[in-house]
Amino acid sequence: MWSFFHRLASPKHFYQFAGRLIPWLGWSTLVLFIIGIYLGLFVAPTDYQQGESYRIIYIHVPAAWMSMFVYMVMAISGGIGLIWKMKMADVVASSAAPLGAAFTILALVTGSLWGKPMWGTWWIWDARLTSELILLFLYLGFIALQSAIEDRRTAANACAVLALVGVVNIPIIHYSVEWWNTLHQGATVTRFDKPAMATSMLIPLLTMFLAFKLYFGLTLLMRARVEILERERDTTWMKEMITESGK
Amino acid sequence: MTNASLFNAFLTVLKRDLTLALRTRSEIANPLIFFIIVVSLFPLAVSPESGLLRTVAPGVIWVAALLSTMLSLDSIFRSDFEDGSLEQMLLSPHPMTVLVLGKVTAHWLVSGLPLILLSPLLGVLLFLPFEAMPALLATLALGTPVLSLIGAIGVALTVGLRRGGVLLSLLVLPLYIPVLIFASNAIATAAADLSIKGQLYFLAAMFALAVTLAPLATAAALRISLR
Amino acid sequence: MTASTSAIPQSVSVDKGLEVCNLGCSREDRELFSGLNFRLSSGHAIQIEGPNGSGKTTLLRMLCGLRLPDEGEILWNGRDISEERSAFLSNLSYIGHAHGVKGELTPLENLRVSQAMAARNNSLSLDEALERVGLFGFEDAPSRTLSAGQRRRVALARLLINPTPLWILDEPFTAIDIQGQKQIETMITDHVLNGGMAILTSHHPLDLSEDHLSSVKLCT
Repeated sequence: MWSFFHRLASPKHFYQFAGRLIPWLGWSTLVLFIIGIYLGLFVAPTDYQQGESYRIIYIHVPAAWMSMFVYMVMAISGGIGLIWKMKMADVVASSAAPLGAAFTILALVTGSLWGKPMWGTWWIWDARLTSELILLFLYLGFIALQSAIEDRRTAANACAVLALVGVVNIPIIHYSVEWWNTLHQGATVTRFDKPAMATSMLIPLLTMFLAFKLYFGLTLLMRARVEILERERDTTWMKEMITESGK
Repeated sequence: MTNASLFNAFLTVLKRDLTLALRTRSEIANPLIFFIIVVSLFPLAVSPESGLLRTVAPGVIWVAALLSTMLSLDSIFRSDFEDGSLEQMLLSPHPMTVLVLGKVTAHWLVSGLPLILLSPLLGVLLFLPFEAMPALLATLALGTPVLSLIGAIGVALTVGLRRGGVLLSLLVLPLYIPVLIFASNAIATAAADLSIKGQLYFLAAMFALAVTLAPLATAAALRISLR
Repeated sequence: MTASTSAIPQSVSVDKGLEVCNLGCSREDRELFSGLNFRLSSGHAIQIEGPNGSGKTTLLRMLCGLRLPDEGEILWNGRDISEERSAFLSNLSYIGHAHGVKGELTPLENLRVSQAMAARNNSLSLDEALERVGLFGFEDAPSRTLSAGQRRRVALARLLINPTPLWILDEPFTAIDIQGQKQIETMITDHVLNGGMAILTSHHPLDLSEDHLSSVKLCT
């Protein structure tokens, strides 16, 4: 088990391992998405309060969950890269950032689309939307710092510090935004906090959640492979691999 | 390394940075003038009507404080980075966290403290009720050190970059949001004659957290930036 | 792209001093040097030679621990320098290209700060140190008004007030006049002959015998 992880830390093995895993991940992501969307749009019952418009949660909620999850992945792998100087951890962290930002944007857009029929406006300073917006700022800062520093190793380490600072701050930001929100517009908050969800609504949601996770894994591996190609272009194993595939 | 020599190193850095700041006074004055100008723009942009200004005053003063802190942040490490002093500090056998704390303290004394002293004047300009003045001072006293401490992390991360200015605000401003929320709310609450104990405790907790963790992150970031 | 070493001084005690094992460095996918081995022990100096861009400054920064080696290791008294950092640093004086002399402070104030930052201090007073580097009479002028050479002398005065065994100097003679170069040279040779260690990048010949001086050549 340990030696497996150890081997994964070498770019060459990671590259090959990811290459084998990608088709499997790709197909299972596609199947799960089809099942999830079918269940969510056609099988799940209509909400007695919100009508059909609630169905956007099958995109919105998984995207919002993923936006937090990806930040954690980024910070943890950044920390691993910082402490144990593991190259692959840096690659994972830097590949994850744009994906996390994309999930955050998706959560924000679907949230505001949902807001139109619900509240009659595109945007509302709801606690969760506001937190999500600040999370987007954190992602954008991370990406901006990454692209501003030329040296790859320096960029990875600096971003790891930033991500770790962000991780300490996210609960504080989240709590303070919640508190600020209850003070200013206590009425709207409760609309999100639905009582226990019906199972027929929950199953599509969990399916979609799984599909999002696999999709993240898939795109992360693909991006990491591209990054490895770029970083290791001068190494012998890479040159051998390219000449072999050229034959 | 004894505690006495640690404290001595802290004091030396503090004294050195204060001397440097006093010899280049414009660096202290400019962010303060900026602070006043930004605040005085609001009556012109929004309305000079006293009722309206009174309600937005806490937020306006705090946003202006955030922005003027942003302007002064770069001076914590920039010139020391350029002339090699920062390298010397990293090569000192004293822990970098202690030296960072000395530098941040000096930064707060020349940027945060004058802000606090100026703020009642701006409160008056924005018709902030007299009851809210102690809250204004208290939140600034607890909040501005947090701004300096968190800001130092951002400067440490961007100090090696040629155009770090805008990037710095991108990194740091989102992290300032909790301070902004609690501080401006405390002032508004105090203006309504209610207790603000909770908000002040929260600000104090953030200060305690920042003073313990931020120097560690700053020192790590400096080591990375100076490679 | 190899680094060759010549005349490595064979030290008597194996563990004391600075030891570089198989050190390599690459910058922006370009290899600067690799497989670098040398040892520096008490009473010796090493001159690092090489054309511009061969990685001399980078090597010195690595030896100080400012930059992490891409491969290999650097040992101080037999232990990796990143392991017992504070112990290593209290034995080290480094003067880089940017020498860390504050223009707004006077030479005396600059030295006072360096003194407080160091682990140990010499009996030599700050005034004496300034006099030894030829800055008598300039103690209280803002360093910004001094010439480039004079500012470098302020930086070099740090070596006298913090008596560390290991000196790492990046082009110490830059911008210094001929008379000053003699003074600095004497400072360095005195240090080495008294059992100190020095590593410097400079084309300036040092007046030391083969027993005390060796060179490391970096090639591009």
